[in-house]
Amino acid sequence: MDRLLFLLATGLARGAIFALFALALVLIWRAARVVNFAQGAMAVVATYVAFAVTGLTGSYWIGLASALVAGGLMGLVVERGVMRFATHASPLSGVIIAIGVVMVLQSALGIAFGPNARPMEAPFPETPILLGGVPVLSPYDLFVLVVAVGLMGLLALLFTRTSLGLQLRASAFAPEVSRLLGVRVARMVTAGWVLASAVGALAALLLVPTELGLNPHSADMLFVSAFTVAVVGGLDSPPGALIGGLGVGVLISLVTGYLGATVAPIAVLVLLVAVLLVRPGGLFAATEARTA
Amino acid sequence: MSARAETSARAVGAPRTARDARALRTAERTGAELHLDGLTAGYGGAPVLRGVDVRVPAGTILALLGANGAGKTTLLRSVSGLMPAASGRIVFDGVDLAEVSVEDRARAGLAQVPEGRSVVAELTVDENLRLGGLQRFRGRRLTAAVDGIYDLFEPLVRRRRAAGHQLSGGERQMLALGRAIIAEPRVLLLDEPSLGLAPRVVAQIMAVLRTLRDERGLTVLLAEQNVTSALAVADHGVVLNLGEVVADRPAEDLRTDSALRHAYLGF
Repeated sequence: MDRLLFLLATGLARGAIFALFALALVLIWRAARVVNFAQGAMAVVATYVAFAVTGLTGSYWIGLASALVAGGLMGLVVERGVMRFATHASPLSGVIIAIGVVMVLQSALGIAFGPNARPMEAPFPETPILLGGVPVLSPYDLFVLVVAVGLMGLLALLFTRTSLGLQLRASAFAPEVSRLLGVRVARMVTAGWVLASAVGALAALLLVPTELGLNPHSADMLFVSAFTVAVVGGLDSPPGALIGGLGVGVLISLVTGYLGATVAPIAVLVLLVAVLLVRPGGLFAATEARTA
Repeated sequence: MSARAETSARAVGAPRTARDARALRTAERTGAELHLDGLTAGYGGAPVLRGVDVRVPAGTILALLGANGAGKTTLLRSVSGLMPAASGRIVFDGVDLAEVSVEDRARAGLAQVPEGRSVVAELTVDENLRLGGLQRFRGRRLTAAVDGIYDLFEPLVRRRRAAGHQLSGGERQMLALGRAIIAEPRVLLLDEPSLGLAPRVVAQIMAVLRTLRDERGLTVLLAEQNVTSALAVADHGVVLNLGEVVADRPAEDLRTDSALRHAYLGF
């Protein structure tokens, strides 16, 4: 029972990171109708920037801020420089270009920093707090949960309460009508990429201290899990990313705890296949809105 | 945007500075003249429009009539910029629009209600209206503008939190029209607003167009198959057939002269 509680709690903290990363995938999907397979590699670049900045300044927080900026810049460069030229005639072209971006970024990181993992320190202790003698969450897990939930709240406010958010949503749903109303849709697509890439960078930055360390492939498994989350939740649905993220986080935590770490990736893929077979649109897809 | 496009975008009213932008937003806008000069356009291959000349004087309603496939939608899409013109000129308030983007045409006051009542299905009625108004108004003035549209189309007030896909056909058309006029456009393009609507709703929409022309001097280009309703409010009628203008008469003549009507409109 104690063990179950511990696994659930750490699963939620890990799931919050998946949810953030999946949310980034959802944001780009909604803005540009592309699954951004390059998101993991882009986020790792931003994490290296944070690593370097923290090393230079000695401050985790300046490093975190620089990861957000670097992530946003990656989004800007990849969208304006490459993805904009993907033809929308074939949904595959965007995916293939994104995979090309992954290869370039991972090779460049490998050349610059080598393949070895560099340990990255968390800003808070990672040993679990005892609650009535039961180990539950570490202070760092709590920090992750607060940041993830807070950021999602801010994004929800941005999308539902501001003019920018309204224009972002309108451009995603109805680009032609939005242009007729004077909305600069191309800029909104870029804004979606910048926003999503910054969120993805933050997710990777939060994850790395709980892993073995930073290397060019640090976000590979994060991408697979978050992609599953996004598909399970419905690529169009931000709430789906949140709930799906927490669900997959708990699933991985439970499977790792009871069956072993090697089984966890298999469990994620089994979930992905099962959802695709039963509800290809995702569990939270707004089907009635899409078909209207 | 190229330097040339920048210049013509400014010429049709895009602001240079924040103060200009404010002045532009605050200024009362009245109708502008729209002039098509030898417009040829189409989807590759044979052109749908062939050398069309149409002049819509400021503050008048022009009914664009013709059968399915005559080129009405192509003409409207060329004017709003969704479709490039192969040759000829589109002149808005004295400025050639050739290098002006769709967005900048809209911001300069060229509003279009596309065919099929294209409300954004995923947004609420309120959000659709705010989207239409926010290039011109912000904050409290935007809210006031939205309320102004609710005064004009009262059935929408009760539905303000409903999503676009939950609306009836009539409600959608009211919303699409309200969203187009909320930013006080100078020229309004409508593509078959009466399609599939009850006569009472059609009459209400035509009455709104008449009021906008009479009170604000709005210029309206109204593409319609519902000839009777369109001619009832129009000042002028143009009949398109297979992409060419075959008649260009005062609406009064088309309304009253049955021989003319029979020859051009088939009834």
